[in-house]
Amino acid sequence: MSDAMTSEKPAEAKVKPVTILQGINQAIADAMEADDKVLVLGEDVADPEDGGVCGVTKGLSSRFGDKRVRSTPIAEQAIIGAAIGASLVGYKPIAEIMLMNFTTVAMDMIVNHAAKLRFMSGGQTHVPIVIRTMTGTGFASGGQHCDYLEAWFAHTAGMKVVAPSNPADAYGLMRAAIDDPDPVLFIENLPNYWLPGTPPEPGSVVPLGKARIAKEGSDVTVLSYSRIMNEAMAAVKAIEEAGVSVEMIDLRTISPWDTETVLASVRKTGRCLIAHEAVTQFGVGAEIAATLSSELFGVLKKPVVRLGAPYAPVPFSKPLETAYTPDAKRIAEAVISLAR
Amino acid sequence: MMSNRPTPDASTQIEIYRRAALLKANDERSRKVIMNGRLVMPYYSYRGQEIIPSATMVSLTDDDYLVTIYRGIHDMLAKGMPLNDLWAEVAGRVDGTCKGKGGPMHLTYPAKGIMVTTGIVGSSMPIANGLAWGSQLSEDGRVAVATFGDGASNIGAFHEALNLAAVWKLPVVFLCQNNLYGEHTTYEKATSALRIADRAAAYNIPGVRVDGNDPIEMYAVAKEAIDRARAGEGPTLIEAMTFRFHGHVFGDADAYMDKAQKQAAVEADPVPRFRARLIADGFATEEQLAAMEAQIEADIDAAVEFALASSFPELDELTRDVYAEGVAV
Repeated sequence: MSDAMTSEKPAEAKVKPVTILQGINQAIADAMEADDKVLVLGEDVADPEDGGVCGVTKGLSSRFGDKRVRSTPIAEQAIIGAAIGASLVGYKPIAEIMLMNFTTVAMDMIVNHAAKLRFMSGGQTHVPIVIRTMTGTGFASGGQHCDYLEAWFAHTAGMKVVAPSNPADAYGLMRAAIDDPDPVLFIENLPNYWLPGTPPEPGSVVPLGKARIAKEGSDVTVLSYSRIMNEAMAAVKAIEEAGVSVEMIDLRTISPWDTETVLASVRKTGRCLIAHEAVTQFGVGAEIAATLSSELFGVLKKPVVRLGAPYAPVPFSKPLETAYTPDAKRIAEAVISLAR
Repeated sequence: MMSNRPTPDASTQIEIYRRAALLKANDERSRKVIMNGRLVMPYYSYRGQEIIPSATMVSLTDDDYLVTIYRGIHDMLAKGMPLNDLWAEVAGRVDGTCKGKGGPMHLTYPAKGIMVTTGIVGSSMPIANGLAWGSQLSEDGRVAVATFGDGASNIGAFHEALNLAAVWKLPVVFLCQNNLYGEHTTYEKATSALRIADRAAAYNIPGVRVDGNDPIEMYAVAKEAIDRARAGEGPTLIEAMTFRFHGHVFGDADAYMDKAQKQAAVEADPVPRFRARLIADGFATEEQLAAMEAQIEADIDAAVEFALASSFPELDELTRDVYAEGVAV
C-alpha cells in the first residue's frame, strides 16, 4: 500500500495518494497488527475468496491467518450473531455485511442485540463490534443493492453510525470504530472506494462524534457525509462564483453527531443546507433540521433546507438513477438560492 | 455405545434434583407473587421443563457459556444465577443483576457464564456461536450452550446458526426444549419435521432426541454433547422432549391446550417423579430431601424479601449504559 520513499525530493511532493478502499484496508491491517483480538468475518472476506467482492479485506487472511479472517456462509444473522458473541468474550470482530440492504436480513441481531445488550445487562456486557457495509447509487444496481439506510441505525439507541468521505478519514474512523467499546456501523460508498486522497498517518485516529470543517465560510453552512460530501465540495467553485461564502462540514459520524461544531457554524451563518443520498423524508437531515430549529430559532435567517433522494426506491434506468441522487449542481443551486 | 454412556453418580443425581427442586419452587413462587399482586412482570412459566437444564448444567462449569431465552429462568438458575440478583432484577430493582434494566426476559450474569437472555425467538443460537468461536480461538475449552424452544426451529436464525456451527466446527450445544407448543400453536401444526433432532442431518451434525423429563437420559445426552464440543468435535443438536404445564405467558388461559394431554403431563410431573426415584434407589432419604426443599423455600423467601426491599433505580439510569460511560449524545 505505502511504497517506501526512495527519492531525495521533499516528501510532500512524492506522497502517493491512496484510495478510500486502501485506507480502510490499511486501518484494519494496522489494528490487527496492534491487537490480536481484532477479527474479520463476512462473505468472501478471506483471500481464497478474493478478499471481498471489491477487495477491501484483500491480504488480511494471508497475513493474519484464516482463524482471524474468516469467510462465512451467506447468512447475515449468523455473521452478526457470531460477531456479537465473540465480542462478549473479549474479541473485537469486524463483520462485513456486503451491502447495506443486506443489513435488513440481520436487523434482529443488530437492533435487538448488538445495540441493546449493554443497556439491558445494566452495563455488565458490551458489544465492541464494527459492522462494515457498502452502498451507494451510480452502478445501476437498482432497488435492493444501494440504499442509504443510516437513519434506521441512527434511530436505534446504542448504535454508532459512521460514514467517511475520504481516505484519511476512512482510516482514522475505522481505527476509532475498532477501538470503540460499542457497536459501530461503518458505511462505505461503492463509487467512492477508488477515490484517491491524502494518505492517512499510520496509527491516526479520527474520534467518533467529531465533524470536520472542510472549508470555512460565512453565508451558508452545508452539512453532508459520505459521497455527497464530495459532491458538496465539488459545488464550492460555482457557489463562490455566485458570491456566496459557504462553510462545508463533513459530519463523518452520523450518530452521535457533533452538535457543537454544527451549532457553532450555523450560529455564524444563519443558513443551513443538509445534503445526503438517503431519501429525504424521516432522514438524518430531518433530525438535524429539528435540532437547529429548536436550538437556533432566533438566529436562523432562513428555514433549514434538506436535499436528499426523492421518496422512491432507487431506480435502475440511468437517467432516473442520476436524477435520484443529489449532485454538485443541485447542491450549488440550493445553496445559492438559500443565500438570497 | 450404551455401556459407555455417561451415568450420573449418586451425588450428581442429588445435585440434579436439588436444582430441579429449586427451579420448581421458584416457578411456583413466581406465579404466586404475581397472583397476589406483590410483583408485576411478564412471566413465562417453565413449570414441567425443570429436568432439562438441571441435568444439563451439572456438566458445565461457571466458565462455560449459556445463551437462553425469555422462557429461561430455569436455565439460568440451573447455571447458577443467585436468587437475590434474580429476584431483584425481575422486580425491576437496582440490586438486580442488570440494575432492573433488563427484567425477566434479559437476565445476564457473566460471573456464571450467563451471557445473554433474548426475548426474540431463535436468536440465542447465532450469538452462542460467537461465544463458541471465541472459545475456539482462545483454545480455552469453554463450551457454549444455546437453549430455545421447538418453535425456534422454524425460524431462519436456527438454520443459519446450525450451518455456521457445523462448517466452523464450533464448541456449541443447541439444546431445544420441545414442550410441544410454540406460543399457542401445537408442534404438529407449525413444524414439518417429525422430530426436530432430524433437522441436524441437514447440517451434517449429530441430532439426538431424548426424554427431557428423564434425568438419567437427559444427563447422558447432554454430557455427551458437551464433551464432544469440549473435545473440538463440533456442535450437537439435542431435542429434549418435555411439556409446558402452563400457558405461553402468565395470564394466558391456555384454552388452546389439549386438556387430557396437559392432565397426563401434570400427573407425570418429572420433579416429584425423580424425587421418588432417588428415595426408591436409596440415593437419598425423605428427610434429606425435605430438608433440602425447606432450605430452598427459605432461600426463595429471603430473595423475595430482599428484592422487594431493594430500591428502584434512579431515573438517571434511563440514559446510562446506552453507550460506554462518558459518551455525549
